[in-house]
Amino acid sequence: MAFENHAKIERNVTILAVLTLVVVMIGGLVQLVPLFFLENTIEKVEGVRPYTPLELAGRNIYIREGCYSCHSQMVRPFRDEAERFGHYSLAAESMYDHPFQWGSKRTGPDLARVGNRYSDEWHVQHLTNPRDVVPESIMPSYPFLKKRELSMPDVAAHLKANRAVGVPYTDAQIENAMADLKAQADPNADPTDLQARYPKAQARDFDGDPARLTEMDALVAYLQMLGTLVDFDSYVPEQNRR
Amino acid sequence: MSSFFSIGAYLLFGILSLFMIATATSAGFAIHGVIILIACILAVATTVGRLQPAAEGGWLVPDRSNGGYHDGVVKAGVIATVFWGVTGLLVGVVIAAQLTFPTLGWGVEYLSFGRLRPLHTSAVIFAFGGNALLCTSFWVVQRTCRAQLWAPGLAWFVFWGYQLFIVLAATGYVLGITQSKEYAEPEWYVDLWLTIVWVAYLAVYMGTIVKRREPHIYVANWFYLAFIITIAMLHVVNNLAVPVGFSDKSYGVWAGVQDALTQWWYGHNAVGFFLTAGFLGMMYYFVPKQAGKPVYSYRLSIVHFWSLIFLYIWAGPHHLHYTALPDWAQTLGMVFSIMLWMPSWGGMINGLMTLEGAWDKIRTDPIIRMQVAALAFYGMSTFEGPVMSIRSVNGLSHYTDWTIGHVHSGALGWVGMISFSSMYFLAPRVFGVARLYSLRMINWHFWLAMGGITLYTASMWVAGIMQGLMWREFNAEGYLVYSFAEVTAAMHPYYLIRLLGGVLYLLGAVMMVVNIWMTAKGRVRDEAPLDAGAPHNPHLDKPLAERPLAPAAQPAE
Repeated sequence: MAFENHAKIERNVTILAVLTLVVVMIGGLVQLVPLFFLENTIEKVEGVRPYTPLELAGRNIYIREGCYSCHSQMVRPFRDEAERFGHYSLAAESMYDHPFQWGSKRTGPDLARVGNRYSDEWHVQHLTNPRDVVPESIMPSYPFLKKRELSMPDVAAHLKANRAVGVPYTDAQIENAMADLKAQADPNADPTDLQARYPKAQARDFDGDPARLTEMDALVAYLQMLGTLVDFDSYVPEQNRR
Repeated sequence: MSSFFSIGAYLLFGILSLFMIATATSAGFAIHGVIILIACILAVATTVGRLQPAAEGGWLVPDRSNGGYHDGVVKAGVIATVFWGVTGLLVGVVIAAQLTFPTLGWGVEYLSFGRLRPLHTSAVIFAFGGNALLCTSFWVVQRTCRAQLWAPGLAWFVFWGYQLFIVLAATGYVLGITQSKEYAEPEWYVDLWLTIVWVAYLAVYMGTIVKRREPHIYVANWFYLAFIITIAMLHVVNNLAVPVGFSDKSYGVWAGVQDALTQWWYGHNAVGFFLTAGFLGMMYYFVPKQAGKPVYSYRLSIVHFWSLIFLYIWAGPHHLHYTALPDWAQTLGMVFSIMLWMPSWGGMINGLMTLEGAWDKIRTDPIIRMQVAALAFYGMSTFEGPVMSIRSVNGLSHYTDWTIGHVHSGALGWVGMISFSSMYFLAPRVFGVARLYSLRMINWHFWLAMGGITLYTASMWVAGIMQGLMWREFNAEGYLVYSFAEVTAAMHPYYLIRLLGGVLYLLGAVMMVVNIWMTAKGRVRDEAPLDAGAPHNPHLDKPLAERPLAPAAQPAE
């Protein structure tokens, strides 16, 4: 057999290294590259938009605290998941997620469609001490979120970094980033401009403390928008067969 | 000359770290700046100290008592492996306790499960596993090539640079600095640092192979080399990101579905190449050495090496079954995952059959016993993996604790056991003593670990399958039977059993610390031989000193 010829490879480290690299590149190339070019990879849907500055700040807190370790954001097309969490997730819904938050474990429930399912007060109580509202919960408590001012002095730079990796933030959105960040959680501010820039953005005081803009405001604003953007009345699965 | 270059590079990093501290917008970034600054000062101090002509016993002087090889860096690696191993297991026990008794975080952000979980995974995979791979690869490549390390100073840089990477990653998680990509959580500047260290590692490794005095490159080195090259490729592609100014936050270049597949292409092959190919390299040296037998089949090693590295890379999509990833990619991932069963078992068969004619050593040699258990767990989890990659099975198992059980049968059984056995092999040799402190303590370690793994995996299988079935149970009226919280509550007893399993496994590792510590001090425990019931056979209980130390390993066939 050809095993004698293998001596050539195992006597030359350059050939061995190059062949190894070629062999391990094939699978990745075949699977990854088409995802960027096949047009049906991401469904055509209405409503998905980049995150508002406050939602983005909340999402960064979600990432910082490692919420993805226990919560998925990917509803699978099963009857029980539809019943429990809602319509199965679409690729389009995470198209502006850098990085994705699909998760891999459900120690806690899926959060892909948690938006608007609970009140802001419920979320604040639950995050401060989960067992106050769900006695069986094994989630850590996050009492510090409500106490801490939201610190994001470079919010425009965050939007710019997102634009650099392909999120279509407009110049107006970047210019008004700091104003939008503050306006979304300020009950006295006029949200018209914010909602013109970010359709369906929910603007109100989220943490029960209208005087302060806290990390709790940001995280609850993020949780309350999850899964609320796509209009499923206008979504036709048959047109998005993959 | 090269010392002056190093000092210049360290000073440059020192200035960068001052810049980090001065411009930091977050406490975490400033703390990282301070850590890097301290590392630079230490690096400059040691490099300046080395400008003197190398003294006997210095870092860069080969160890004459050990066949003239550079074993100082291996010794440091053994210590680091044992230290990080116990640390990583301890954090694992802590987070297992938190899932059982959720108030154990006390609402302190630095102690919450979400921040400690990546600390646990990175500590056991990259700190424990990574150091085990570094030190064994430096030991193996010298012996199998019959050559000293190329650029031993660079090898020391790889060792200390890697420890800096671990410290930056670990402190980062606790401080909340993370990219949230599983097993690739460190932020962009830590990733860049690891890239530098990794390129140096590849250079030392390939450089040593180039100057070998053996015509053939031994099979263990193919696996180590594939591990180093592939991890470099995965690390760079998965971590591409644009930082927000000069800060500890970045946004990855990939998004949504493409990011998901890139991440699991990386994530599954962190298993495939870090935890499998690298440790198979370890297996291919230490099992034949300890058994005193040549590798079972040279042809099998060729076939399973190339098929393993070719097939593994395709398996990533099985982490994304039934998600928004297109079906064609899911199907490809499933088919290749099932095919992967065969080359995986090729490695197991080649390792186990190496013991042909030496099976009695399982009874008398606790190191062999650990290696055999490691290979058995490798075989078991590489069978379980393909089963779980089948879409309909995955529909049940995904998102549940079954996955956690599967991962730990591989991690505790295969990676842990093969690493422990290699550390027991190396300890007397790198510390230059005649034999290990105690063989009976290895036996204790073995049984504590086996007990721990059994409790761990069995409880997680039951918990996982139960969870999956409870989530999808409908009653006759068509309503879901259980709320999510009820299923969570039902997991409590299994989480308690898992915690106990983790404690047992940790206790075993603590016995290893004591054993290797006493070995380093040159002590020998006064104990009865292991097979006390059987008549003592002096041929099977030889102190190491009676053997020639560090003979060159023969290439297969």
